[in-house]
Amino acid sequence: MIYLDHNASSPPRPEVIAAMLATLQRIEGNPSSVHGPGRAARHTLDDARRAVAKWMQIHDNRILFTSGGTEANHLALFGLAEACHFSGRIITSAIEHPSVLKPLEKLQQRGMHVTQLPVDGQGRIDPEALHSALTPDTRLVSIMAANNETGVLQPLAEIGAICRAHPVPWHCDATQWVGKLPLAVDALGVDLLTLSAHKMGGPKGCGALVVTPALSLAPQLLGGGQERGRRSGTENLSGIAGFGALAARLSATMDLESQTMTALQQRLEEGILKTLPDAVILGAGAARLPNTTALTLRRIDGETLVMTLDLAGFAISSGAACSSGKNTPSHVPLAMGLDPETSRSMVRISLGWDTTETAVDAFISAFKRSVDRLRN
Amino acid sequence: MAYNEKVLDHYENPRNVGSLDKGDLQVGTGMVGAPACGDVMKLQIRVNDAGIIDDAKFKTFGCGSAIAASSLVTEWVKGKTIDEALTIKNKDIAEELALPPVKIHCSVLAEDAIKSAVADYRSKQKGA
Amino acid sequence: MIKPIYMDYQATTPVDPRVLKAMLPWFTERFGNPASRSHAYGWEADEAVATARKQVASIIRADPREIVFTSGATESDNLAIWGVAQFYRDKGNHIITPTTEHKAVLDTCRHLEAEGFEVTYLPVATNGLINLAELEAAITPKTILVSVMAVNNEVGVIQPLEAIGQLCRRHKIFFHCDAAQGIGKIPIDVNTMHIDLLSISAHKIYGPKGVGALYVRRQPRVRLKAFMHGGGHERGMRSGTLPTPLLVGLGEACRLSESEMEAENSRLLTLRERLRSGIMNALTHVSLNGDPVVRIAGNLNISFSYVEGESLMMAIKDVAVSSGSACTSASLEPSYVLRAMGVHEEMAHTSIRFGLGRFTTAEEIEHVIRIVVGAVNKLRAMSPLWEMVQEGIDPTTVQWAAH
Repeated sequence: MIYLDHNASSPPRPEVIAAMLATLQRIEGNPSSVHGPGRAARHTLDDARRAVAKWMQIHDNRILFTSGGTEANHLALFGLAEACHFSGRIITSAIEHPSVLKPLEKLQQRGMHVTQLPVDGQGRIDPEALHSALTPDTRLVSIMAANNETGVLQPLAEIGAICRAHPVPWHCDATQWVGKLPLAVDALGVDLLTLSAHKMGGPKGCGALVVTPALSLAPQLLGGGQERGRRSGTENLSGIAGFGALAARLSATMDLESQTMTALQQRLEEGILKTLPDAVILGAGAARLPNTTALTLRRIDGETLVMTLDLAGFAISSGAACSSGKNTPSHVPLAMGLDPETSRSMVRISLGWDTTETAVDAFISAFKRSVDRLRN
Repeated sequence: MAYNEKVLDHYENPRNVGSLDKGDLQVGTGMVGAPACGDVMKLQIRVNDAGIIDDAKFKTFGCGSAIAASSLVTEWVKGKTIDEALTIKNKDIAEELALPPVKIHCSVLAEDAIKSAVADYRSKQKGA
Repeated sequence: MIKPIYMDYQATTPVDPRVLKAMLPWFTERFGNPASRSHAYGWEADEAVATARKQVASIIRADPREIVFTSGATESDNLAIWGVAQFYRDKGNHIITPTTEHKAVLDTCRHLEAEGFEVTYLPVATNGLINLAELEAAITPKTILVSVMAVNNEVGVIQPLEAIGQLCRRHKIFFHCDAAQGIGKIPIDVNTMHIDLLSISAHKIYGPKGVGALYVRRQPRVRLKAFMHGGGHERGMRSGTLPTPLLVGLGEACRLSESEMEAENSRLLTLRERLRSGIMNALTHVSLNGDPVVRIAGNLNISFSYVEGESLMMAIKDVAVSSGSACTSASLEPSYVLRAMGVHEEMAHTSIRFGLGRFTTAEEIEHVIRIVVGAVNKLRAMSPLWEMVQEGIDPTTVQWAAH
């Protein structure tokens, strides 16, 4: 089986597994306990926090560990909204992940105003539109770094500059960006940044929110006061240790990994377009992640194609993992102006840290065979 | 909590634990703190005819830092005049033991214990 | 350095090697996202999650469809209390909970108070148990939820769940039970006990940290306002990718706890009673906190008069226990649980919680008795309060200046 669905979840890397096992086997204490075993647990937590901070090139007091990207998004949005007494406006884009769009719906029900910026045919928001959408009562801008389905990158430098000039805090869901392209948090001028470990070879059940210290954020999980009162609950210590190991690894190899992935992506896309000239790559004219390729094909149902490929030994997806299985097309291609039928033909191929040239080549021919079979 | 080495040393090998005769006119006894607050310090000093503190003893109910602070001040006051002893400030104690902010009150208590013991000694001298 | 004897099983437990073994394949070759419906990696992960769900349901006699996975008991408590309060706020705005609950329950209730809810904080008796008549008297037509923990984390006392459940059912009020400390320690049956919502934590039962569950009754149905929104996982009640290895660990931890509970309890009871008598026979002015009988086998909470808890912890540093004086490293407040039980502040400061568990041995117990008795004697020799007692003065009658 060849796995090309890393944007859904990426297999943990060996060093990540080693760090998790060491923690599960050796650490018997609770990081909140004052005795020796508790302090050993606390050291594991602190080391991981430092590794993640070093990788992001920020101070470690800005890293707040969560149970994953969904919780980090929840904390960013509800935490800020609550601190603003649920009044004012939040600006977002039409192609955000459901873990941003759904909380914003709820915040709208609580009386906040939400402006959803459209995207162009390439899947990008227009910075000018953001600029004109900003109102005096805007409390937050929430725009993702890279889309999970198409891999299209948003104009981050422009968004950061606009938000800083206004000024308004910017929350950026970087779940898919991080680990695929280098990211300088401070250069971007982002105030809240969502990270998830399992999309890049880290453990599931672990994520983080990077928070600007001055930002007022109401805690959402209440209790023992962990994470300096901002997120209660005993920490997922093995997951956090794995996240730390991942960060240490990526600090060293990020540039090389993204170069390698870019080459593989080129090979994949050239191969597919050569064998299936009618395939259309979404966001082809925009800057994209080096691992994500979403494409549409005439007279093809994406879901059926994915199933066919599964039988042939290739795991890809027809959209986001959490929404796949539903019959309605994804909101992302629709927002890019595609009609529902074309949108339903979309499939997503996402490469990862363990993808090889051989795997890509094998996939290209299997893809062609499957499409031909479905069309006949 | 990770304790500083000096705290651990004083805690594990406390200097001058014990009691002096509190009825002795040359002995000043200071008892500060409250059980409900988690620490009570008893510091006793004996002042010789030359006005020098020639012995000091303590007993402390409290955390490791409170015990270490008491042990430390018994060492520091010995050989000093009472006026010199009164110049010992909580800041000096906190610095010597590298106390974290949450334990600063232990050094405050130790300074109070010196003051209280000296006051007791002085009142006894006046009464005599 | 000698490895300390771990005797803090109510704070957290080491992962059972059998649990770890069950988790392993889900880290490596079986890494799929259970929400991926289109390939075998997703399907096998989804099956593993289903098995875990059955194992969790089984230990509380629930239906697997009533289990919602969360990041731990804190999230379960928040989701249960906040979710029910928000969903049923048109029906009523009153919640009842004892003063000795975990912070995750109390802080959530306090937060709801700020949003217009009314909360009755029920006192407990000196043995740590709530009084059913007082609970019933606190119920008003506006009461929508009663939240009572199964087992207290500090003193190990077991609340009368079945009677509370019957009372709540009779008054048509939802009953949430934080069972983080009760699972695997006492038999729990959500049906005979009429429990509507129940919080579970994996790391208290030899599973991994960072995972837990909330039981949500289907018949009669309990509805919740979702807390975390997104991909619509867990039937919309809790979004977020399911961490397969952690869930497999939780499931296996529940399976082992369920099958071994009886044998483990009788073993722990013998050890606990040996520890209790070993300490209490050798020292005077020592008292047991919490009901002597209605408590789990693995908990012993003792106050040692005239020594301070944190210094005692330092003196017995080769034994990892927790002190009623400093449950978090930054706080010097005495335990609110002991205070609620009427334990005097000074006695609360001198309390030590001994938590026994699956890997505690008889040798460790003997060793701990020796260390503790020695340390208390040493500290008392150093204590001005002990000196007063020897001179016939009762320190509680002394006028202390508040510091």
